[in-house]
Amino acid sequence: MTQQLQRILPTVQKPARYVGGEYNEIQKDPATVRVNVAFCFPDTYEIGMSNLGMRILYGVMNQMDGIWCQRVFAPWGDMEQAMVENGLPLWALESQRPVKEFDLIAFTIGYEMSYTNVLNMLRLAGIPLRSAQREGLHNLVFAGGVCAFNPEPLAEFVDFFSLGEGEESTVEILSLYDKAKCQGWSKEHFLREVAKIGGVYVPSFYRHEYHKDGSLSAIVPLEDGVPTKITKRIVQDLDKAYYPVKTIVPSTEIVHDRSNLEVFRGCIRGCRFCQAGFSCRPVRKKSPQVLYQQAAELLENAGDNELNLSSLSTSDYRGLQELMELLFPYCAEHKISLSVPSLRADNFSRALMQKLQTLRKSGLTFAPEAGTQRLRDVINKNLTEEEILTTCANAFSGGWNNVKLYFMLGLPSETDEDVLGIAQLVYRVIQTWKATASNKKRGLRVHVATAFFVPKPHTPFQWEAQITPEEYMRRVRLLKEHFYSKSVEYSYHAPDLSQLEAVLARGDRRLGPVLEEAVRRGARLDGWDEYFDYNLWMEAFAACGVDPHFYTTRGFGEEELLPWDPIDVGVTKDFLRRERHRAYDGQITQDCRHGCSGCGANTMLKGVGCDA
Amino acid sequence: MPRVLFSKTGNGVWISHLDLMRLFQRAFQRAGLPLKHSQGFRPRPVVSIALPLSVGVQSVCELLDFELDGPPVAMEEIQARLNQALVAGVTVQKVYEAGRKLKELALLGCTVALEYDAGVPAGCREAVEALFHQARLLVEKKGKNGPQEQDILPMLHSLDVVQTDGCTLALKAVVSAQNPALNPMLLAAAVERYLPQLRPDFAHCRREELFDAQGQQFR
Ligand code: SF4
Repeated sequence: MTQQLQRILPTVQKPARYVGGEYNEIQKDPATVRVNVAFCFPDTYEIGMSNLGMRILYGVMNQMDGIWCQRVFAPWGDMEQAMVENGLPLWALESQRPVKEFDLIAFTIGYEMSYTNVLNMLRLAGIPLRSAQREGLHNLVFAGGVCAFNPEPLAEFVDFFSLGEGEESTVEILSLYDKAKCQGWSKEHFLREVAKIGGVYVPSFYRHEYHKDGSLSAIVPLEDGVPTKITKRIVQDLDKAYYPVKTIVPSTEIVHDRSNLEVFRGCIRGCRFCQAGFSCRPVRKKSPQVLYQQAAELLENAGDNELNLSSLSTSDYRGLQELMELLFPYCAEHKISLSVPSLRADNFSRALMQKLQTLRKSGLTFAPEAGTQRLRDVINKNLTEEEILTTCANAFSGGWNNVKLYFMLGLPSETDEDVLGIAQLVYRVIQTWKATASNKKRGLRVHVATAFFVPKPHTPFQWEAQITPEEYMRRVRLLKEHFYSKSVEYSYHAPDLSQLEAVLARGDRRLGPVLEEAVRRGARLDGWDEYFDYNLWMEAFAACGVDPHFYTTRGFGEEELLPWDPIDVGVTKDFLRRERHRAYDGQITQDCRHGCSGCGANTMLKGVGCDA
Repeated sequence: MPRVLFSKTGNGVWISHLDLMRLFQRAFQRAGLPLKHSQGFRPRPVVSIALPLSVGVQSVCELLDFELDGPPVAMEEIQARLNQALVAGVTVQKVYEAGRKLKELALLGCTVALEYDAGVPAGCREAVEALFHQARLLVEKKGKNGPQEQDILPMLHSLDVVQTDGCTLALKAVVSAQNPALNPMLLAAAVERYLPQLRPDFAHCRREELFDAQGQQFR
């Protein structure tokens, strides 16, 4: 008789994402495994399998003797319903065993709107949500990823967080667990020991206290000797670090369906709104020779015909020219197409774009983020109108007729003049096309998209207020009224989602009950339009007596104790404050190549300089 | 053009037609067997699969045509290397030169299994057999312009109904493979529609063999 899951699979969309068995998947003999890790990605298979961090840590854990790390993803709504109806608990792909049977449950979290997926996945696995309800070493829950840099909204659910790059710390954590399980430690004993590993934060060792006005008054350690500051971990030498050159090749199409090679970490730019830009510092690169070697291994092991060079800003990779000289002949011989995202509009990149023919493929893309030079200076986005128009002119005269422009609305100090500046910039792009296009018959398409600014922890804008969704929509309408050309296609992010993202990004422990309540009311897959339900969230806030505006429109005082203050990502609070004031003065800060601006992240490096 | 005879079983059945093409393109590459590429701006390795298989359907008789770019490789060698580079559930049974023209492929032998968890009901076999012996049998078929009623009997060339175990009734059918093709799962749909009291708890399907118009095995 056909088993239950095999009967469900024909009834759901994209069943291949639930069965595992892909090429390069890791299978182990259960008899040799001492510690089973269920590595959960709080979103769908297609998103999770496109995540580099997950692939790295999957490889790191499975390289260890006696450890078997298996993957778990959030089911789509149709599968979730079938699971509930059939009493089928959430399972891991490799062994198809229920997650509840695993020793450790790990999450990597990169997006605030997936917090409900974390809780919902625990629920679907039949594991109690709150750490206090889980006794003993079994089903210990830990989490990492960028969102762990403000872990407080999840503090009641996650037993401990692993901050920063996990290549080394994950090995230390699992080795300790291996020992603890073997020696039969209590959960408390293990947590006390794991807190001694650098970069590990155990939220239950601290109590948060609040002032009458609701702001945080104190973070009180509850045990002797627990650290008051937890510093994220980094890999010192990326050339020597593990890189997944033999990695799973999904049997079904995923979001980034190609081989991916990370060329460097950190960002030299310092855009003041960007959390990744600051929290991934210091700047460390891989050598072109190592990258070339890894590229060949990656492609041969996967059989891919496309290679993506990834980082926060690949044009800033110091060895780009040298790497290209190595890669071009290889790619030509093996018919591999190279893609280099996030290229800047400088000369070298322009030449490279032409060579890669990325223009033809994806069109021109710019992210000026703000419409006027004044506001671009405020946010330290080093991209001038001239650069944009020159690049456009070159491309238009070469026959291209498609431009995408990305902006944010609601940035600090933004006025209606800045909003209208977007329309003006777009107008100039259209004028440039009229003046330079070699082929006007096909017409021009300008896609303009605006996102709603979300202030993030560990950025110079971490104290800023977010404007209300109503005010954002007013600016959207204002902008829309000023697009006169038929060539313009304007789309904007829904404000509701970005408002919630802002609440969760700078949230504290009082959001735990709200998350729990939202999940109880059915929230999950919030990043997906099909499932996001704003009213449900507002009901959850009301039911818990929490005011979302406290975390958004209020803004945080510069002297206020911030929930994420104990978390040290390398960049100092003094530097962030300095940058905030420079923003107000409209002063730009040069990028690291033109001189170190003293963010503090270099102090994490041993023996090498930052961005060397 | 050389041809691959392969099977799709186990969890391989959940791989869609398009994903299967991608899987093979990568498998050839991993096996060190570079494929000829299409012409055009973005050349793609060319493989073509004879009859797209629906997700969830097993098969032991799938055909894929390909052309290698580079020095010739022995057929047995290609088979061995591909099987190393494929995933569980997709297995190459044979690689051979110059198969027959695909347009001569006319019929498909398949088994539709109807599972009854509480045992096959008494009289079920007879009732199902009688159902397919009528003058016509209208079944709803999903089309581009919404569902359409379609008489499936002209495309059903033969049918044997056998009880294979206490809980399974197997419809062993030979159906039209192309122009037009009959999706064998419509046989199960007919049972569900006209014999609701004999609705199975689960139905699944397996392609068994390919034939030409004369009923000879097609390769
Ligand atoms: S320490 Fe200096 S060079 Fe390094 S990231 Fe910070 S500002 Fe840039």
